[in-house]
Formats: sequence, structure tokens, C-alpha cells
Amino acid sequence: MVATSEPPKASFRLSMLIYDTRYRSLTIQVVFLMLFMAGAAWLIDNTIQNLRALGKDFNYGFLSVRAGYDINQMLVQYSNDSSHARAMLVGLLNTLFVAFLACITATVIGVMAGILRLSKNWVVARLMTVYIEAFRNVPLLLWIIVIFAIMTESMPPPNAFRGDDAASSMLLFDSVAITNRGVYVPEPLFGRSLGNIDIGIFLISVDLLAIIAVITLSVMANRALLRNALRVQEATGLRPTTWWKTILILIAPLVALLVALGFHFGYPELRGFNFVGGTHMRNSLVALWLALSVYTGAFIAENVRSGIQAISHGQSEAAFALGLRPGRTMSLVVLPQAMRVIIPPLISQYLNITKNTSLAIAVGYMDLRATLGGITLNQTGRELEAMLLMMLIYLIISLMISSAMNLYNRSVRLKER
Amino acid sequence: MTRTIAYVRNQMQGQEPPPVSQIGAIRWMHENLFSGPLNSILTILSVLCVGWIAQHIGPWFLNAVWNADSLAECRQILQGETGACFGVIKDRWHQLLYGFYPQDSYWRPNLAAALLLVALAPLLFPDVPRKLIWFSLLYPAVGFFLLWGGSIWPPLVALAGLAVGFAAYAALIKTSSLAATIAAIIVPILWWLFVSGPLGDALAQATPGLGLRSIGSDEFGGFMLSIIIGVTGIALSLPLGILLALGRKSDLLLVKVICVGFIEFIRGVPLITLLFTASLLLNYFLPPGSNFDIILRVIIMVTLFAAAYMAEVIRGGLAALPRGQYEAADALGLDYWKAQQLIIMPQALKISIPGIVGTFIGLFKDTTLVVFIGLLDPIGLSSAIRADTDWNGIYWELFLFIGALFFIFCFSMSRYSMYLEKKLKTDHR
Repeated sequence: MVATSEPPKASFRLSMLIYDTRYRSLTIQVVFLMLFMAGAAWLIDNTIQNLRALGKDFNYGFLSVRAGYDINQMLVQYSNDSSHARAMLVGLLNTLFVAFLACITATVIGVMAGILRLSKNWVVARLMTVYIEAFRNVPLLLWIIVIFAIMTESMPPPNAFRGDDAASSMLLFDSVAITNRGVYVPEPLFGRSLGNIDIGIFLISVDLLAIIAVITLSVMANRALLRNALRVQEATGLRPTTWWKTILILIAPLVALLVALGFHFGYPELRGFNFVGGTHMRNSLVALWLALSVYTGAFIAENVRSGIQAISHGQSEAAFALGLRPGRTMSLVVLPQAMRVIIPPLISQYLNITKNTSLAIAVGYMDLRATLGGITLNQTGRELEAMLLMMLIYLIISLMISSAMNLYNRSVRLKER
Repeated sequence: MTRTIAYVRNQMQGQEPPPVSQIGAIRWMHENLFSGPLNSILTILSVLCVGWIAQHIGPWFLNAVWNADSLAECRQILQGETGACFGVIKDRWHQLLYGFYPQDSYWRPNLAAALLLVALAPLLFPDVPRKLIWFSLLYPAVGFFLLWGGSIWPPLVALAGLAVGFAAYAALIKTSSLAATIAAIIVPILWWLFVSGPLGDALAQATPGLGLRSIGSDEFGGFMLSIIIGVTGIALSLPLGILLALGRKSDLLLVKVICVGFIEFIRGVPLITLLFTASLLLNYFLPPGSNFDIILRVIIMVTLFAAAYMAEVIRGGLAALPRGQYEAADALGLDYWKAQQLIIMPQALKISIPGIVGTFIGLFKDTTLVVFIGLLDPIGLSSAIRADTDWNGIYWELFLFIGALFFIFCFSMSRYSMYLEKKLKTDHR
């Protein structure tokens, strides 16, 4: 049998590269790639030429050289004899530290403000609107500087705390002192400390590890208890009382451990011209932390509000029709759905907080930019290397946070069709 | 004869007024302020909070001094009472607005700002005559000429690039639309790269008198600088963001990979590192000996930064469009660009208006970061003013002024986006 509809012999003509949709996309991609490569080659070639003209090379050897500068806030051991790499690590940890603190407080502030803005209470709703609009529409940098100025200019100097009729007094039963040199809070101390272990890069307090382990274990035990209670409830219809067992499981081991370790607070006290004892939080840290928290809190509040409003009214009405009480409606019907809307923008706010910590430059907080991108860069004159490394580190942090977000999104995505 | 029974009313009784607790202010307060114990506590707490703030800030405002030439004089007038010293605003407002721009040339930024409003009007409001859009196209050159001055020729020659591109398009459209489109993109770029500079300079030297006094970028500052960077960044980042978003959604693998890489890189690093790159590293990346204006560098970086965020916002809008819209466009036989232009983009952009304006507001606020690379934005100027012995130690008045100006700009932008959303709302849910 003879094929009746033999396809016309495909003869390739050059114009098909443009007019045939089968080849056109290839053409476009090849042209695009060539342009892109040409651009990249041009930049790299320029860089090589410029480096040669300046007599510089491109290497990261400077990271192992002695840094020679001091850092006023460090979470791990550091002295000016340490290397630049070590200084970078200290800066990175400071960045992550303030970002972590700010994420927590911003979430608390934001969730409260977002819910209160939806409140039926006229005064509270208006007050929250004012807060949100004021902070969302004024640059973060200005807030950081304003709060820093409040800390340094409007707070009493340490000597105002002196004497019997002192002009200022410490807060919270003489445990917290807010001065123009920073905030002094009680520090946790262990009378029978277990010491530290060296894990190569830095020391870790065994006390801390022990506390974390005990808390994790008690939470797991509590989970098992609740699971068991649920099983009994499903089998018999009666839920055994668990609340006192929960409290006991969560608190008793921790208290026992703390007593065993000889836990107590070291309170700050005025001695000489300044406070000694306690933990000293510098103004730079406090200003950055507070400003990031209240600024981002305003954005989170808007996310929370829109998340709650995004849940259609029918959902809560249906829950009421099923006879659920308002509290259960909120926790079982509205919140689980609102979370799906709230969490992704919430995580991108965390990302913003982390990136915005680089504004520490305004108040002199020693973050990654101040160590690696600041003093190290200036001392060694390695702008290219230091900037690229710094960008890479920020990029890695951001990608880690956003991949966490993607994981979450995938796990809560509505399963459709 | 009417029979009346003693206990049956034969006459309607007049209406009673509603109970006192159900009308007017009392009912309103009961419903809105004291509907339950928790609400009452919240109300009392907030009133106390507002009262506390008013008590502390009120006198500061009431005793404000407007006529003083230095902080010392202010304190003398106040005689130990607390009070704001707005004399500093009266004394230095021009610096906060214009930086160190020459005083006798203030009319130039003022005129540029007024013309900016004229140029923006047809873009923002549909009631304005459409013809004005031609002026909006010319405005970049006009604004540049007014602000930086110099000879009139360079901006004119640069504008001519658009005309050249259009001429190339018109000449080739008869033969092939593809060639015409490519020419319309490439010819102006070639013009700006190779012809514009030398030709502008030659014409400028031929007619030296024609132009305004040239003012360097180092004299720019204050809100003028924020607005220049902000407005240019906003105008450039939207088209770039649309292209990036389309690239990210594209079927062409290479285009997609490069766009995703660019967007994720820019979104992953803080703006401040990009600005430092602009000020420290750009000299490495450009041919030896080339050097260009710091404000231009900052504008480029801010634009790239905002464009990456814009791309994500628009991608969200694209993702929110039902598939049926794409399929309907294909079914009508529209090609890619026609479909984007007529069907996809109008809807996707409408969906993403809040996000787009949010990005604009973020960009405008981020212009304050230029202070770290040595440009004098309002925040930088506030330190400069404080460095003067007359005003050493003045904080809150300056911060209040700067914050209020930023608030006005950003707040009006967000209100405009609400207006736009309401105007473009077509669904009747």
C-alpha cells in the first residue's frame, strides 16, 4: 500500500529560523545566550584589566590574616588577634542574633496589632491604624535613627541612678536599668556550671545544651501524654484529665535541672561611674532591634489582618451552624485557613528583617557588613573579594529562608483537582 | 354609641422614646467601647496610653518656638520649659528640600516639579486630555535639562534617539514587522551609545550660550534627591519588572533561567550591598578610565533592585489569572505579544496594583539609604545641620519634619492605589 499523505519533504531554509515557530524559540534563546555571555565576558574582562592596572590579584588569603580590631559585641570568643574570618563569623552571628530577636518581637507585635485592628472597639482599632500607617509610610532608617537618638539623648545617664533620692530608678524590682549607655538586664548564672565544650569553631555551654535537652524531652513526653489522652477519648468518649500532668511534665524537670545547676540571676548594680554585672545591651543593638520590630510589626499586622479577612464569612457561619463555639470556630476553622494566607508573607517579612539588619551601619552595630564589609574591607583594601563574599553570605541566608517558605507552601497547599 | 370596655384601650398610645441606653452616644459607646470586660479594659488602656503620650508631647508642641536662629536662642526663649524649636525648619527648610543646590536656581527644581505633575497627570487620571501624554514622553529630557543644566543640546540629541528609532520602524514596517521591531530597539540604543554623546558635545560647543548654568550632582540633596531617584526608579522599574516577570514565566528555558537567577540574586541581598557595589565596585566592572555620575549609578541600582521585587509582584498577578484567559487568547489567534498586551497584562497588572504600589513606596523609602554612600538625602542633611554650632543637639524637630514629608508622599501613593483599585474594579461581587 502506498502512503497517500506523504508529508512534504522538509527542506530547511534559513528563514525558518525566524518564521517557523519550531525553530524560532531556539533562535531567540541562542541570540539571548550570546548576548548574555558577551555581556558577562565584557564585565569579567574589564575586571581583570582593572585589577591588573591596580596591581591587585583576586584571592581570599586575607581571611586568615590577623584582624587587629576589636568588636564590642561578640557571641563567640574573639580578640583583635583573631583572623578576619573569625571577625566575619562574629559579625554574621551578630546579624543573625539581632534578626532572630527582631523576628520574634515583630511577630508578637504584628499579630497583636493585626487582630486589634479588626477589633470592634473603635478606639483600639483607630489607634492600631495610626500605628500601622505611621510606621509603614516612614523609612526604616529614620525609625532606627530616631530610636537610637531616644536611647542616647533622652535616657538618664548612669549617675542619675545614684543616691537616695535618685532622679531615675531601675525598673522591675531593681533588675533592669535603662541608661543612655545601654540597657542592663539580669544575666543568668550557674553556681554549679558544667563548663563549656569546644566544638572547634566556638565554645558551647553544656548548661545550655542540658536545658535544651530537658525542654525537648519534656515537650515530647507531653505530646505522648496528649496523644494517649486522645486515644482514650476516641475509644471511650471520655477524656482523662491532663492539665495538671502537662504542667508537671513541662515544669518539674526544668526546675529540677535549674536547681541542680545552681541557677541564679546576676543583677546589674551601679558601681563607680557605670553599671556592672548583668548583661549589657548596647544602644546600637536595642535601637536596631526595636526599630526593626515595630517597623516590620506594622507590615506583619497588615498581613495578619488580610489573612483573617481573606477567610470568607461563610466559613465561620458554617462553623456556627455546626454548633461550634466562637473560640473553637477561631481555632479549628478560621485560623488554620488564615495561616495558609498569613505564613508566606510572614516568612518574607522575616527575610526582610534579615536583610534590613544591614542598616546597622546607621547606629554602629557590629554586624556582618560592619566587620567584613566595613573594617576588614577598609583595612585590607579587598573591596571586590569582601563585597562578593558578603553578598554570597546574605544570598545563602535568604535562599535558606525562602526554601523553608517553599517547603511550608508545598505542605499546606490546597489539594485541588 | 360606642361601647367601651374599661380594660381595652380604644386609642393608640403615643410612641415612647427609645431607652436612653439604646440611642446616641451612649449606645455607640456601649457597642463600640464597652461591649464586654475585655473591650472595656482595652478602651481604658488605650485612652490612658493616648493621654500619656499627649501629656508628654503636648507641651512640647504648644510651646513651640518658630522664630529663632539657633538652639541657644530657642532655649533662651523657652526659659527652661520643654518646647519644640521649629526655628530650625524655618532656618534650614531650603537645605532639607534642595540640599546644596544654588539658591538663585531654586526655580529650576520648582519648575521641574511642577512640570512633573503635568507630565504625571495623564498617566494617573483618565479625565486629563490624552494629548498631554506627548509631554510625558518628552519630560525626562526636560527634567534633566532643568535640574542639571548645561547645554540644551545633549538632552535634545538624546530625545532625537526616540525619533530615529521611530523613523527606522516606519521605514521597515512595510517590508517586515519583525525587522522593524528589531530596528526600533537597536537603532536608538546604537544612537545613544555612539552618536548621542559626540554629536551633543559638538553642537554644544558650536552654540555655547544656549543652555542653563551646569550644576553638578554633588550639589544635589534633600528631598529633591529623594524624589529624583524615587521617580526615575519607579518609572524605569515597572517596565523592567514586567519584562522580568514575563521572562520568568517564559517557555524559553535559557531566558527563564537567567531571569530567575537575576531576580533571586537581587532579592537575596540587601539594597545597601548593591549601593556599595555601585559606589565601590563599579569602577572594576567598567572599562578602565570610565567614570559616570554617582546619582545615575544609584538610580540604576535602585531600579534593578525594585525591578526584581516588581517582577515577583507581577508574577503573582500572572499566576492569579485563570488559565482560560491564556487559552482564550490563543484561541483568538493572537500572537504572544498581542495576547500579553491586549488580554493578559491589563488583567494581571490590575490584580497586582496593591503590590506594585507597595513596591513603589518601598523604593521611595529606600532612597534614604543613599546617605551611606555619601549622597545628602534628608537624613544625611539632618546630621549636616546638627554639625553646625547653631543647631548642635537638635533632633526631634528635624526627624519630625523629614518623617512627615515621607509620610505625605507614601501615604498619598497608597491612597492613590486604593482609588485606582476601586476605579478599575469590574467584578460585581
